[in-house]
Amino acid sequence: MSMDRKFMIHRSSAVASLERRLFLKRGLSLGALSLLAGCDITDQEGVQRVLMAMSRWNDGVQDWLFDPKRLAPEFPESRITRPFPYNGYYPESEVPEIDGASYKLELAGMIREKKPWTLAELYALPQVSQVTRHICVEGWSAIGKWSGVRFSDFLARIGADTTAKYVGFQCADDYYGSIDMATALHPQTQLSLRYADEELPPKYGYPMKLRIPTKLGFKNPKLIAAIFVTNEYPGGYWEDKGYNWYSGS
Amino acid sequence: MLIHPLVVRITHWVNVLAVLIMITSGWSIYNASPLFGFEFPYALTLGGWLAGALQWHFTGMWLFALNGLVYLAYGIASGHFRRKLLPISPRAVLHDIREALRGRLAHEDLSVYNAAQRAAYVALIIALVVMVASGLVLWKPVQLYSLGVLMGDYEGARLLHFFAMAAIAFIVVVHVIMVALVPRTFPTMFTGRFRRTS
Repeated sequence: MSMDRKFMIHRSSAVASLERRLFLKRGLSLGALSLLAGCDITDQEGVQRVLMAMSRWNDGVQDWLFDPKRLAPEFPESRITRPFPYNGYYPESEVPEIDGASYKLELAGMIREKKPWTLAELYALPQVSQVTRHICVEGWSAIGKWSGVRFSDFLARIGADTTAKYVGFQCADDYYGSIDMATALHPQTQLSLRYADEELPPKYGYPMKLRIPTKLGFKNPKLIAAIFVTNEYPGGYWEDKGYNWYSGS
Repeated sequence: MLIHPLVVRITHWVNVLAVLIMITSGWSIYNASPLFGFEFPYALTLGGWLAGALQWHFTGMWLFALNGLVYLAYGIASGHFRRKLLPISPRAVLHDIREALRGRLAHEDLSVYNAAQRAAYVALIIALVVMVASGLVLWKPVQLYSLGVLMGDYEGARLLHFFAMAAIAFIVVVHVIMVALVPRTFPTMFTGRFRRTS
């Protein structure tokens, strides 16, 4: 699971087109040509419209399949994956350093009490723990232990309008994301402040991440700077590049 | 005489398209985090990168599953499976495979499948059903947890999904080779009919 391979996956379009050219130079069989056309098929406007419409349809199906009371399986601590992999769209060495002393969690949108929260105030709230499986959109999975504030408790405390459709996140890097309200209120959705009983390290999202064991890894934002509640679809960093928005487990 | 009913012909060709979409996009998804020490050649994958491949895969799954349901419902309700695929005895299967490898298997009557064909088609149907079941667990490991337990949870389902794909790819390759060796079977999958040669 090395980092460089992770980056290979999200190959830039320049690399992809270079590969295509190299491949063309090597000569093509008829069969390979028809399959190669498949790569370009995806970029055609009509095809892209159908694929995106199906992705929206799958959002609806997943929302319908989601049982707000069904818990993700929890594991004994002996099953924890060590080391738990770092994953992100930039290398671990570039993870921004956040000054915990001056950090404040901002709140916006359909929330009654929008006063920003310091880390000390968040640490003082009742804490819960979980050992759950993190499943990456790439296919791999890893088991980890997260502790923090149950997110539904936090939403109740700040007077969030839980009839709204979305909870959105802005992160301290360029990352942003959003989830459906039903998942935000799920009992295992957690505003995580600790990993493996230690203060959440930068690579796992210091000062906090939203841990959602009922969604794929990229739906679990790290380095959260602001939380907002809205009825307008906020999208997300990867979702706007084509990943399915709901991406629920 | 009619050997392939219209429903079978339509679902066959829809399945060709669906399986092609599922396997080529699946190979692209596999490449994002390979289970084993190899990757599928980029030129054989669909979607361009992971997001595009996932879009194809989760679009193709509807075509694949709905078409498969129509085929299974027809095959069971009409007696098509019973007539064409049963009975199967392991001895007859081994015997016919041996004969096929020696190039001695008879194909005069295309309306009757030999034991090797029956075994291959039944194995393919089972592999396709396993593909759907393991795919559902990978898609919904929490909501379909009880189904996942039968396969060794998420990671078990991932392995099963891979090996069911390998089985399907193998059977498809053998199937296409056999059609090439007995080419008069090919038009029957369009017309449904064949004329006795003798």
